[in-house]
Amino acid sequence: MRAPDHPILSKGDVLLAVENVSLGFGGVKALTDVSFDIRKSEIRAIIGPNGAGKTSMLNCINGFYYPTQGQITFKGVKRPKMRPFEAARGGIARTFQNVALFKSMSTLDNIMAGRSIRMRSNFFWQLFRHGPALKEEVEHRRFVEEIIDFLEIQHIRKTPVGRLPYGLQKRVELGRALAMEPDLLLLDEPMAGMNLEEKEDMSRFILEVNQQYGTTIALIEHDMGVVMDLSDRVVVLEYGRKIADGTPDEVKRDQRVIDAYLGVAH
Amino acid sequence: MTAAADSREDTFPKLLARNARIRPQRTAFRHKDLGIWQSWTWAQVYDTVRAYASGLQALGLERGGKIAVIGYNRPRLYWTIAAAQWLGAIPVPVYADSVAEEMAYVLSHAEVTHAAVQDQEQVDKLLTVADQLPLLEQVLYDEEKGLRDYDHTRLHSIASVIEEGRARLAGEGEAAKLDRELQNGKGSDLAIILYTSGTTGRPKGVMLTSDAVIAAARIGCEFDDLNETDEILAYLPIAWVGDHIFSYAQAFLAGLCVNCPESPETVAEDRREVGATYVFAPPRVFESILTLTMVRIEDASALKRRMFHYFIKHANKVGEKILNKEPGVGLGDRLLWQIGNALVYAPLRNRFGMTRVKVGYTAGEAIGPEIFRFYRSIGVNLKQLYGQTEASVYITMQPDGEIRADTVGRPAPEVEIRIADNGEVLYRSPGVFMGYYKDEEKTAETKTPDGFVHSGDAGFFDANGHLKIIDRAKDVGKMRDGSLFPPKYVENKLKFYPNIKEAVCFGDGKDYVSAFINIDLVAVSNWAERNGVTYASYQELAGHPRVYEMIEKHVDEVNRSLASEPRMGGAQIKRFLILHKELDADDGELTRTQKVRRGFIAERYAPLIEALYDGSPEADISTEVTFEDGRKGVISARVKIRDMEPYPVQQTATLPEAAE
Repeated sequence: MRAPDHPILSKGDVLLAVENVSLGFGGVKALTDVSFDIRKSEIRAIIGPNGAGKTSMLNCINGFYYPTQGQITFKGVKRPKMRPFEAARGGIARTFQNVALFKSMSTLDNIMAGRSIRMRSNFFWQLFRHGPALKEEVEHRRFVEEIIDFLEIQHIRKTPVGRLPYGLQKRVELGRALAMEPDLLLLDEPMAGMNLEEKEDMSRFILEVNQQYGTTIALIEHDMGVVMDLSDRVVVLEYGRKIADGTPDEVKRDQRVIDAYLGVAH
Repeated sequence: MTAAADSREDTFPKLLARNARIRPQRTAFRHKDLGIWQSWTWAQVYDTVRAYASGLQALGLERGGKIAVIGYNRPRLYWTIAAAQWLGAIPVPVYADSVAEEMAYVLSHAEVTHAAVQDQEQVDKLLTVADQLPLLEQVLYDEEKGLRDYDHTRLHSIASVIEEGRARLAGEGEAAKLDRELQNGKGSDLAIILYTSGTTGRPKGVMLTSDAVIAAARIGCEFDDLNETDEILAYLPIAWVGDHIFSYAQAFLAGLCVNCPESPETVAEDRREVGATYVFAPPRVFESILTLTMVRIEDASALKRRMFHYFIKHANKVGEKILNKEPGVGLGDRLLWQIGNALVYAPLRNRFGMTRVKVGYTAGEAIGPEIFRFYRSIGVNLKQLYGQTEASVYITMQPDGEIRADTVGRPAPEVEIRIADNGEVLYRSPGVFMGYYKDEEKTAETKTPDGFVHSGDAGFFDANGHLKIIDRAKDVGKMRDGSLFPPKYVENKLKFYPNIKEAVCFGDGKDYVSAFINIDLVAVSNWAERNGVTYASYQELAGHPRVYEMIEKHVDEVNRSLASEPRMGGAQIKRFLILHKELDADDGELTRTQKVRRGFIAERYAPLIEALYDGSPEADISTEVTFEDGRKGVISARVKIRDMEPYPVQQTATLPEAAE
């Protein structure tokens, strides 16, 4: 999948660099001159008060928006204007603030759908589920079953996701993103609307994904406790500008952050 | 395998070797992993356990050593038990859901040197209490997930230990040495220590020999004719004696297949997939399946709903008789049951995963008679048994055709039962335990010199020779004339009537038994409406003479039933009153789980109890109550007391010393 001309990155190398990115919608500036990087195998949090531009940032990385200024370098290559599915092919997967699953499909099928980006056999074979398509499906199914096992959702394998409680839907969505075997996993408020127990479960899964598969994770989250515990480094946005960047401890002590965000929210 | 030497298979590893010899290709274990049922034949299991034993030996596990086994039902954990026993080491299964502190107590009490656990969660627990376990040398785990970066100096995956053992066995003389270990095992050796969960006090380690466990397993296998074609779903805690007997001992003895579910949440689905023929579940499992069915059926289409209710009603009428093969069921009823079977019962059994069930057992606590009957009426051969860890399960069982909801059956084969003066059930069988590990005192308290074991439960044999458990022995009181007074038993009889919501009986150390009764407002007000009884408040309804009359009839029936039972005649209710208010958890009269707090009630209503025993026809009481909004108030009332005419006590033929 990964294009061979990409350099092979090891832990700690810069996977994605955001340089002087600005994004405007008409007169509204969502992002102004933001720069930071995401390193291989780290958990990077993007935080900020409401409307700070966090999701816009994620959408830029994801290829959904193209920055009006500045550039994004992914795996050492400057990113051209692209559409989200091209970003996905390039190895970026994401989950959404509002769960975006196929409600009437089962957990298994939803996660299999995440796998479709890696399906190679042609439509004809797939239609008849024969020959290379069958072999391929067996392999993919195995991978998906590993994810199901990993996320401990065996009991809802065949349940339509629309019937599941919110916390489990979030887990399925994470599963679908993992099915892509992404180089970079973007999580947009993975714990929004969860109770404490669900949050703990989700935190554990995020850490395990990071440890087990070495997946690089960028996440947006409102729960400060979660952010501080999970992430290796935190970037703080306010009104579309970066106001701080560093380890959780550094960020916590930063006066501007306290004023802008922590001071107000707590 | 040295065939000549193990002509008598008196340990589990020897039974395993026998299975590998006589049924090598039959499936022994299955485990659903990554959505697929993985299976192992007896030959493979034998091979694996042998290698595992060698690997454990390399890790320093030796004869007499202890190895903890912690986790859900996984083939490799069952094999750990077998591999340890191969070496003459003693497996100590521990409840997977116990918190680290409890675990630390059991592990240090049992002096384990090794532990085989399921996953990271359990490894983490052990690591947090590692400083309390200086003896613990090696930890083995089944699932690697999350453990990759742990320090592996004392941590090993079970798979790697098995591989290591395999490599070792290839070495000169190793195989013969290991097989000698197998032959050195004797039936009289300690096979396993099972810690009882201990609702009160510290858990106790029950020591069982191979002989005892095999004898108990044989009792069960022969009783229900279990053989190698049977399938069991292993989903109850491996540290519980029931699982050890059903999913380990009986599997090794009869060669039946053990199926390990994918996860605790998928048990129902997995049971359906494997089509278990032998099922065990505590009453609450049967209860929740039934409740779920009832809820779902209300969501079904009108036609289906009516069909369901119609046929369930019919099944209620004749289903149990048909299952028991009793005479007296008309052809029409049989035909209708068959139609119902095609339309409702068989699909239900399929949903429950009980299509192929040959025999199902429930035990542990009393099962609601209507729940019990429901399963039997739709053709599931559900039975009750009474057992204890100290007996390797079996004490009494219900033989086919003699199934009743209110008794636990006849003494199991080879089990002798005796009822002590205080009503306590004592038993002796080949399955009884050696003693409690490192607790001579408790052992002496529990085991009589002639080998009988105090069960701690009080009970009696009814006219058909079936044992009925009435209460915990320590809760059974004695009246002044020496007759037994089991409060809960009498109260439950009263509560059987829908009009009676709660009852509290007194009688310990008194001349006769008396009772407080709480009417059930829903049932009684319904009755009042139908019978033109007018009332303004609960208090008025409770004190209404016609309500008293009705309750009096119920009490009378209870007395008659008590009089007809051996040794229960003395517990007939002489005087009763109906309380003017409902017993309430907000007032501290009930626990939050709706259990009566006897002592507190006796204190609070002392004037009423006094009146019950001084012969006065009524008494005044005022009690403080807490309203739902938290305000407090006082209710005063004059409560009437009724006298009852007790029945003459029937002398039942024999005391069941000779029950076996």
